[in-house]
Amino acid sequence: MAEIFTGTIWPLLQLVGLTLLIVVPLLVAVAYLTYAERKIIAAMQLRQGPMFVGPYGLLQPLADGLKLFFKETVIPSGANRGVFLIAPMVTFVLALIGWAVIPFGPGLVLADINVGILYLFAVSSLGVYGVIMAGWASNSRYAFLGALRSSAQMVSYEIAIGLIIINVLITAGSLNLSDIVEAQAEHGWYVIWHFPMFVIFIASILAETNRHPFDLPEDEASLVTGYNVEYSSMTFALFFLGEYANMILMSAMASILFLGGWLPPVAVPPFTWIPGPIWFILKISLVLFVYIWARATLPRYRYDQLMRLGWKVFLPLALAWIVITSGVMVTFDLFPD
Amino acid sequence: MTAAAFVFYVLALVTVMAAVMVIAARNPVHAVLFLILAFFNAAGLFLLAGAEFLAMALVVVYVGAVAVLFLFVVMMLDIHFVQLREGFLRYLPVGVLVGVVLLAELVLVFGASAFDAQPAPPPPAPAAPSNTEALGRLLYTDYFYLFQAAGVILLIAMIGAISLTLRHRPDAKRQDIAAQVHRRREETLEIRKVKPRTGI
Repeated sequence: MAEIFTGTIWPLLQLVGLTLLIVVPLLVAVAYLTYAERKIIAAMQLRQGPMFVGPYGLLQPLADGLKLFFKETVIPSGANRGVFLIAPMVTFVLALIGWAVIPFGPGLVLADINVGILYLFAVSSLGVYGVIMAGWASNSRYAFLGALRSSAQMVSYEIAIGLIIINVLITAGSLNLSDIVEAQAEHGWYVIWHFPMFVIFIASILAETNRHPFDLPEDEASLVTGYNVEYSSMTFALFFLGEYANMILMSAMASILFLGGWLPPVAVPPFTWIPGPIWFILKISLVLFVYIWARATLPRYRYDQLMRLGWKVFLPLALAWIVITSGVMVTFDLFPD
Repeated sequence: MTAAAFVFYVLALVTVMAAVMVIAARNPVHAVLFLILAFFNAAGLFLLAGAEFLAMALVVVYVGAVAVLFLFVVMMLDIHFVQLREGFLRYLPVGVLVGVVLLAELVLVFGASAFDAQPAPPPPAPAAPSNTEALGRLLYTDYFYLFQAAGVILLIAMIGAISLTLRHRPDAKRQDIAAQVHRRREETLEIRKVKPRTGI
């Protein structure tokens, strides 16, 4: 009995504890990301933003959550019940499981797997299922059109993201996220070497998470709000949480691939005193600020422009960059072993 | 029963049940969703066998891209469920024949290895290079030409698909970005003084 406990149950409990240690701060971060978004956009538009619930409106996200929690879950007649209810769960769960492989510091990672970056890529490419299932199961034209737009968009931009990741892989010589960060300690951050790719990557993750200026799936002027138009209460909240958790996940991916993860900008004393996870969080916040900045300043793309940008601009550029990267590395014999 | 065996049985059971549901489900969209579930569990089986790269490739390629397009097509089709059932008896003999042939082949393959003089040696412990690296080495050295040939075949398929679907529609309005950028004020704007209540 004791053996089962130490052999199976205790490690399992530890795993659950570690998972909660990641998930709970993540959910708090999602709540306060919505607050930050409203405050930043307000500041850019010379408004106040949320300011009545709690000091500086700091309790606003909790109030919003509570409000959603007490609303009634409405399932439209003619909706495909099972799929309708599974869709928000899929979105939410996929936004969470990506965090299993994110290294927060040297050795600070839940699952240090060899194919970490592929795992992240796989998880982000699955995000489309929540959207397309929701759109189809709602039995509504707006939702279905939103889902179609969204899935076409996510599949297109995934390809650009995949090619950009290949660039980083060639230079880092590993699929392990911790190794990729360590390689940047040696070579310098990849944002320097792969700067054009960094720009394309940021634009692509905006499209991949359906955010401004690529938020056509939620185009409120033509589609009401797109795939989640029929959702209410907690089912809607799950979509919302999933979308924001995905934004944070993608920002983490950008910081690991290009901004050196937990590494300080320069490895000299005033910077090295700050622990790695803090640097990592700062970098994630920086990318998230760009997300919000884009939302506050850029108008929405037209759909054919969006597709043109993905297929005819980003894809050839990323491919060309692979050729250049490998060419340079072969010429100067820079390959890591 | 070890934990690995338990996980194997769960994954295998779900894979088989999902595969059955793919052909048993009444709603074609549900069938595709079950297919995706089957892919997922197959990826889990790959992971269990230590083929982590293949597992991830399966999820990225099949679940993340191919099945999405599949779902897309099935959702857009106007399928009548009753019509779909009609031809069942007519196609049954062909289906059974294909099934029997496949089963016979599988039995032959597994039978040959099962009744060998010696049982197959257990797979070697994962060597120092990760299986991504091992796969890469094999693909780009020993099987380089075959790998390139596979690429060429895919390219031909892609060109074929594009040439089948590409239509030139002269009536469609398209954006010509170069023309837009090269527009000058003189060509597009004309300023006139208009007297009140006369019009142009």
